[in-house]
Amino acid sequence: MSEIFSAFAIAFELIVSLDRELYTIIGRTMYVSISAVAMAALLGLLLGAVLAVYRFPGRRAVIVVLNALMGLPPVVVGLVLYLFLSREGPLGFLGLLFSPTAMVLAQFFLILPIIAALSHQFLRDLYLEYQEQLCSLGARPNQVVFTLLWDGRVNLVTVVMAGFGRAIAEVGAVLIVGGNIAELTRVMTTTIALETSKGNLALALALGIVLVFGAIGLNAAAYTLGGVSTYRRI
Amino acid sequence: MLPLILTDVSLWRDGNTLIEGVSVTFSPGTKTIVLGHNGAGKSLLLRICHGLMGPDSGSVAWAEKSPEGHRRQAMVFQKPIMLRRSVRSNVTYGLKVNGVPKLRRQEIADMNLKRVGLADIASRPAAVLSGGEQQRLALARAWALAPDVLFLDEPTANLDPAATQSVEEIVEEIHGGGTKIIMTTHDLSQARRLADEVVFMHQGRMAEHTPADQFFDSPASAEARAYLNGELRW
Ligand SMILES: Nc1ncnc2c1ncn2[C@@H]1O[C@H](COP(=O)(O)OP(=O)(O)OP(=O)(O)O)[C@@H](O)[C@H]1O
Ligand SMILES: [Mg+2]
Repeated sequence: MSEIFSAFAIAFELIVSLDRELYTIIGRTMYVSISAVAMAALLGLLLGAVLAVYRFPGRRAVIVVLNALMGLPPVVVGLVLYLFLSREGPLGFLGLLFSPTAMVLAQFFLILPIIAALSHQFLRDLYLEYQEQLCSLGARPNQVVFTLLWDGRVNLVTVVMAGFGRAIAEVGAVLIVGGNIAELTRVMTTTIALETSKGNLALALALGIVLVFGAIGLNAAAYTLGGVSTYRRI
Repeated sequence: MLPLILTDVSLWRDGNTLIEGVSVTFSPGTKTIVLGHNGAGKSLLLRICHGLMGPDSGSVAWAEKSPEGHRRQAMVFQKPIMLRRSVRSNVTYGLKVNGVPKLRRQEIADMNLKRVGLADIASRPAAVLSGGEQQRLALARAWALAPDVLFLDEPTANLDPAATQSVEEIVEEIHGGGTKIIMTTHDLSQARRLADEVVFMHQGRMAEHTPADQFFDSPASAEARAYLNGELRW
């Protein structure tokens, strides 16, 4: 028991003393997940809006596949990407395996379906509400896409947050393609897994505490943002 | 772009005939009032004329096709659809998708909001407006487009007496500017005040299309007579 208490004590000390290793890992985690989310949001939101507005052959199939991929286990994403990036794989010549870039790619593929599928669900409903009015005003489909993205922005922020939450919390994909190499590809979750198994609870706890409070802070921000622009609807 | 000629237009949904064999010519210059019981097909007829729904058989033809197409007509829906934006942006949006330059958009929007008495609340989110205010905003949004043909689906249904009167005055005003008016209402005294000619719909069919004086004095169809006498006939 006292061991756990002292681990907590050291963990807090690491946090307040701005421990270099701890904050390097946090920084790398942010770099990887924010890059992945930025790319996935750019593509995923556009994809969601296009699927909501345009009718084209194969549209239903795309939606079904996206919905299915939403629940993809991260280790599977990691494995497939590993096969592509490994020296014998088709993209092996890029030399990306065990690099932060590979981890960004893994998280990108993991959350792209989430952002695309969730934004499609929401934007489809918004489109149903808007369709006749926009058509009456003479908006062309490409204009409608951007109108939906703009008018739905408050809810879309929540969608992107959900993607970020999933990216930052996952272990399997970044572990496989990143390799959990010290000073290079270690992120918060993989470090927690490794340090805990080694019995080094302090660093693991410090990272866990930062993750929990980060998540609370993020959700509070999203909630406030949503609250400010939720109007009374009659 | 007028006359608008409907030839033997029918519309089916789920095995029900909603509009059946409607042939009618809408000429320029007059105010046409569409009357009929609830569910008679008035709103559907307006949607078909406006081009929001294609007929399942028959044809809808404008005398000349303008390259701008939609720009020349506008519609105010029975249930106003508010974009999730400010009151002013709801008006400028329609101008924007039709390529009106930015400064001009603001001017036109402010002028039309003043006309409907919403100038003071132009920066409020449209979603918080009262039912009547939303209807007035929908009117301003349509007027701002300066259409050649204006479809109005029960535009005063939620308005107080003063607002109703001012809407009637503005309808006269834009009609005076050369805009064709095609409007539905359940307010018979309003119909008498505004109508040059009446289209009477009954159970999806056009029972009568006559000049207003004649319609209110001696309607040709038994259905219209019953309707005017307040008898229940559906
Ligand atoms: N998309 C649809 N699918 C099936 N039925 C429909 C559809 N749209 C309208 N209807 C039906 O068509 C009929 C005519 O509807 P419409 O809205 O034109 O009536 P209306 O004359 O405008 O009535 P009101 O005076 O109540 O506004 C109604 O019975 C309605 O239920
Ligand atoms: Mg109606």
